[in-house]
Amino acid sequence: MIIDSDHYTVNVNGVDRQVTDSWLGESLLDVLRDRLGLIGSKGACEQGECGSCSVLVDDELVCSCLVMAAGVVGRTVVTIEGVAPAGTPTDVQAAFVEAGAVQCGFCTPGLVMAVHDLLERSPDPGDTEIREELAGNVCRCTGYGRIIDAVQRVAVARRDVGGAS
Amino acid sequence: MTVVEQLPAVIEGRHGTIGTSPGRPDGVAKVQGTFAFSSDLHADGCLWGATLRSPHPHARIRSIDVSGAWRIDGVEAVITAEDVPGDLHYGLISHDQPVFASEVVRYVGEPVAAVAADHPETCRRALAAIVVDYEPLDPLLDPEAAIAGTAADIHPDGNVIRHQRIVRGDVDATGDVVVEGTYEIGMQDQAFLGLEAALAVPDPGGGGVELHVATQWLHEDRTQIAACLGLPEESVRLVLGGVGGAFGAREDISLQVHTCLLALRLGRPVKIHYSRAESFLGHVHRHPATIRMRHHATADGEIVKIEARMVFDGGAYASTSSAVLINAITHAQGPYRCDNALVDGWAVRTNHLPCGAMRGFGVVQACFAHESQMDKLALACGLDPVEVRLRNAMRTGDPLITGQPVLNVAPVERCIRETAALPLPDTPVGGFPSEDGTFDAMQLPGGAGRTADRGDVVRGVGWGVAIKNLMYSEGFDDYATARCRLADGVVTLKFATSEVGQGFVTIAPQIARTILGVDDVVLDRIDTQVGSAGSTSASRQTWMSGGAVDLACRTVRERLFEAVAGRFAADVEGLDALRLSIDGTDVVDTVSGWRLPVAEAAAGMTIDETVEYRHPETEDLDENGQGNCHTAFAFVAHRAVVDVDPRLGLVKVVQIATAQDVGRALNPLSVTGQIEGGIAQGLGLAVMEEIVQVDGVIRNGNFTDYLLPTFLDMPEVVATLIEEPDPHAPLGAKGVGEPPCISSTPAIVAAIRDALRRVDGVGRPLDRVPVRPGDICV
Repeated sequence: MIIDSDHYTVNVNGVDRQVTDSWLGESLLDVLRDRLGLIGSKGACEQGECGSCSVLVDDELVCSCLVMAAGVVGRTVVTIEGVAPAGTPTDVQAAFVEAGAVQCGFCTPGLVMAVHDLLERSPDPGDTEIREELAGNVCRCTGYGRIIDAVQRVAVARRDVGGAS
Repeated sequence: MTVVEQLPAVIEGRHGTIGTSPGRPDGVAKVQGTFAFSSDLHADGCLWGATLRSPHPHARIRSIDVSGAWRIDGVEAVITAEDVPGDLHYGLISHDQPVFASEVVRYVGEPVAAVAADHPETCRRALAAIVVDYEPLDPLLDPEAAIAGTAADIHPDGNVIRHQRIVRGDVDATGDVVVEGTYEIGMQDQAFLGLEAALAVPDPGGGGVELHVATQWLHEDRTQIAACLGLPEESVRLVLGGVGGAFGAREDISLQVHTCLLALRLGRPVKIHYSRAESFLGHVHRHPATIRMRHHATADGEIVKIEARMVFDGGAYASTSSAVLINAITHAQGPYRCDNALVDGWAVRTNHLPCGAMRGFGVVQACFAHESQMDKLALACGLDPVEVRLRNAMRTGDPLITGQPVLNVAPVERCIRETAALPLPDTPVGGFPSEDGTFDAMQLPGGAGRTADRGDVVRGVGWGVAIKNLMYSEGFDDYATARCRLADGVVTLKFATSEVGQGFVTIAPQIARTILGVDDVVLDRIDTQVGSAGSTSASRQTWMSGGAVDLACRTVRERLFEAVAGRFAADVEGLDALRLSIDGTDVVDTVSGWRLPVAEAAAGMTIDETVEYRHPETEDLDENGQGNCHTAFAFVAHRAVVDVDPRLGLVKVVQIATAQDVGRALNPLSVTGQIEGGIAQGLGLAVMEEIVQVDGVIRNGNFTDYLLPTFLDMPEVVATLIEEPDPHAPLGAKGVGEPPCISSTPAIVAAIRDALRRVDGVGRPLDRVPVRPGDICV
């Protein structure tokens, strides 16, 4: 595929978005934030160490700071803005608030993306699995305890709903 | 001081009041990504700014040629020290740090120039096109050379930032047992995730500026910024941009002045965002320190005298080094009784990165030394580490080595005993085998890489106990302002208290709901349109801004009661404002039992009060380090359990148990979050976090090389909250932010030492943090 560096289209949250006046090397994170106005994905390390910029590309969890925006042409991108409409949080998002998993909140959108991804693949993760799966997301405020609690709350709630149906 | 009367009369656990754990008001926005951090802000016509920084730790600037930057399309402004209209220097305690270096650079990363352009990439090219002709000078990197006076002054203010000693009691006293050691603490980074960012919007005509910035102290920023801009303070308005963590690193000026200068120069909005690499250079860090400490004790392990020499490397500029030093030396004894002391403390200037505030503020360094000493004392006296601490535990009324009596609740013994009562982990080294008999490598040091062999791994247990001062010290006029407006039954609170993640925005409405019996509390924007709240630091905002919100709400309540008493005087015999109180959401006459919903009582009424809350005055230390220099104290104990592979030098922290003196948990969930988060930072300092500088050049200024604790590094935390409401605290609540990161570090190191002693009975000194694999392996 030949991509015009000035003008290409990326599918973000189900919508084709035009990227104009870009240059080819721009990261997906920068394009999302600075060109498409999707500020929910955060940049904190710019080298794939902290997970704050996590998004799904073709259902795969990636650090958007490490992905070239032009490289996702023809693929689908889901960001934190695409997880749920503003004002109607998902079960994971609600659990984060209730469990005290949010302090400064800078890591939170990336973690929410990672937790949704984890629970899709593994509905009932154990403590070690949660820790290993989320180890790519750094949080400096919480010490992680309340985040693990939030994940477990969602897993239990989903199991209860599933068992009841 | 009236004690009981200051506590809210009714604590019944109505949701959202004091003692409950309502969710954060900004929680949904934060989990959905709609919360605007300072780095998310934008304004129409906004330009990007960027900063040129020194590559040398020490050099003379022969010339700066900015013409190359001007030749790049899209560059709108290039500024240097010549373009600073006001004070050329800033600083929290002394104004010793240049807005831009003009003659000399004193650390790698010191700002030299700034540009504004249409795109960050244009900025990058513009910075690369500026030619600075440096004449490198010998850097001063040895704090001892700064003390000895053998090095030439690297700053007009000299190389010694502060020297203070403490002399108490009989300095010639001796004990049956003497233990000593020299301890080193590495430079830790606050590593907040939300990088420095600011947006400056100039007023039309250029007579003022509005700055949206992530900071810990809006009003102090404003004072320093206005001075550098040459503007009156009222022409500089600050608005808190969403703060992605702080931990001390946002107490100093970083990009504030630069952003405003560019915006005022251009008459256009300008934003600056630091990268992670730039952030490591752009804010102050935790002081590296060398502490020599000697304890004299009786054969029974009772401390007779402590001697210490503490040297703190402040880096190139003073920042808060002088206050950090005073915290360190005045906490040298730890939470233990000690009648005799001789302590000598130095904070010095070098060409290292500047150091200042980080969570724990000097006490982290002191605690690593005194707790390592307590373990040596225990060994020397044949005592258990818990027993030696219990024998010396401070109580309310005991004097510090400054002569200041500890008047707060001081449940040191209870912290230790309740920590000891918490269950040890029930999993053996390496965990339990799975059904097929295999072991999960994740349970071993080194984790999934299967580097460690289960048979080599040894478990150890260690202790750390701490005292931490709360609020500001040494005579500082420390106050917080809050405004409470009750209109038609809805409360609006206004304050300039920086919300950095700690959750003041959660507890402020809790206080209002409790005091005023309302459910609806609105928080006004956090900005400088109300008086100062002081800094979000020193574990002070629950006490200070919480005290201000409490006082503002009580003042409004008094006026509400007066209005109610007037309106219903004919209906209730002898009704008087003094008889009224709040019960749940009702106004209640305590004599007749008559009640009226607050919503009805306040209907059609507006009451608006702004108050300042101050803590009692503190004193300077005299030449012998004597004086009531601190405001209040909190205490904590930590017990760490670690698994160590002594051949590979790998450590896995298995559990941290803690009992913390919190006074009263206004929001237990928030308190738990502070405890766990603080312990994570203490763990980081114990085993992984250190900014490495070689010849004054940072070598690991990124998150690949500067290691932060992840989900896999953090152990289970078991915590007990010791709730003995402090009579001096306006709400009975002590600050809880700092203690968790103070004694968790020495507890982990003590646990590693304990494990290693079990291997060969010899042990390792481990007198330096972070502990590195080579320190363990020998």
